[in-house]
Formats: sequence, C-alpha cells, structure tokens
Amino acid sequence: MLFGRVKGTAICTIKYPGTEGLKLLVVQPLNKRLEPLGTLQVAADVVHAGPGDLCVMVRSREAALAMPVEKFVPIDLALVGIVDELEVKPDGEFSYALKTGRNQFT
Amino acid sequence: MILGKVVGTIVTTISHPHYKNRRLLVVQPLIMDGEMPAPEDDFIALDNTQAGIGDTVLVNREGNGARQALGIPDGCVISVIVGVVDSVYLAE
Repeated sequence: MLFGRVKGTAICTIKYPGTEGLKLLVVQPLNKRLEPLGTLQVAADVVHAGPGDLCVMVRSREAALAMPVEKFVPIDLALVGIVDELEVKPDGEFSYALKTGRNQFT
Repeated sequence: MILGKVVGTIVTTISHPHYKNRRLLVVQPLIMDGEMPAPEDDFIALDNTQAGIGDTVLVNREGNGARQALGIPDGCVISVIVGVVDSVYLAE
C-alpha cells in the first residue's frame, strides 16, 4: 500500500462490464517523502477523493476487493483512504541495517 | 514476511470500511549491513499490534495472510504488521 497524489480524473464511457459507476482518478504514486515514484497511473476511487488530495492506495487483487459492489473486476489500483495527518521521521534518525550476530531492538 | 522499521504514522478519517479504527504506519524494510537503503521500497502497513514509530516490526505483505490476520474474508489490505521484533540473530 502506498501514497498517491490525485492529479485529475479519467472518464471512460466504454469499459469492462461491472466497472460502471466507478470514479477513475489519475494519480501520481509517491514514496514516504512524498516524492514522485514512477509515472502517472489511473486508480479507482471509493473514498470520493478530489484533485490534490494525498491518498492511501492499494494495488493488485486487493484493489479489486476494495470495490463497493462488484468485487471481481479488472481493477489493480484503488484509493482506500484520504490522508489527513502524516508524520514521517527523516532517514537519518533510524538505522535500517541488520548486522550479523545479535541485533537487539527493544 | 519481512522485517521493517516503523518510520511514520498516518491519520485518515475518510477511509475504506476495512481500514476503520486501525492505525496506518509507514514502514521502511531493513537491509543487510553495508547495503545502501533503497528509498523507494518504503510502504504503508496496517497496524495490528500497537507498534509505534521506531519499532522494528514483522510485516505480512501478502493479501491472503493480511485477510487472515485481520479476520476480514474479503479485506482489501495487503500489508499488515503482525509482530514487534525484540531481537534478530544473524549467523555469520
């Protein structure tokens, strides 16, 4: 699951049966520092996000399972949450390294 | 499952019903000592064990396991934190 910034909407009149009525939003996937990650993608929206919203997205089959009615649809990216508050510690604060021998964490 | 460190918390009031009253945490996977951390492989996980920022956690990154961990048969969740790690021993 990852972050996404809504950039716009996509409107499809002819599409796979079962996906009628689903709002399609153009999103830019982001990493934890909210920097762009790859290219723009189209996500199905179930939380009524608008342009400029920072959202939580889910990929693969779980995106299809997030759909309200028809769960067996060819959707592979869905917006499942709108981020209100976000607190991410900068990289220098933690060490992510696993050393050989004993790593004590608590 | 993978080892990761919780580096952030997310508050979402409007979210999918399966995400209700559960916290979302930003997790950065652990790497071997000496490797460069790839900044792009951080992800968001649903908290199931009250982990906080700075905790080292065990994350299940597969939808089926996540659904079983949360007990939601058709849950739209991929990553779930299933444990807080005390220590890891790596043989040479």
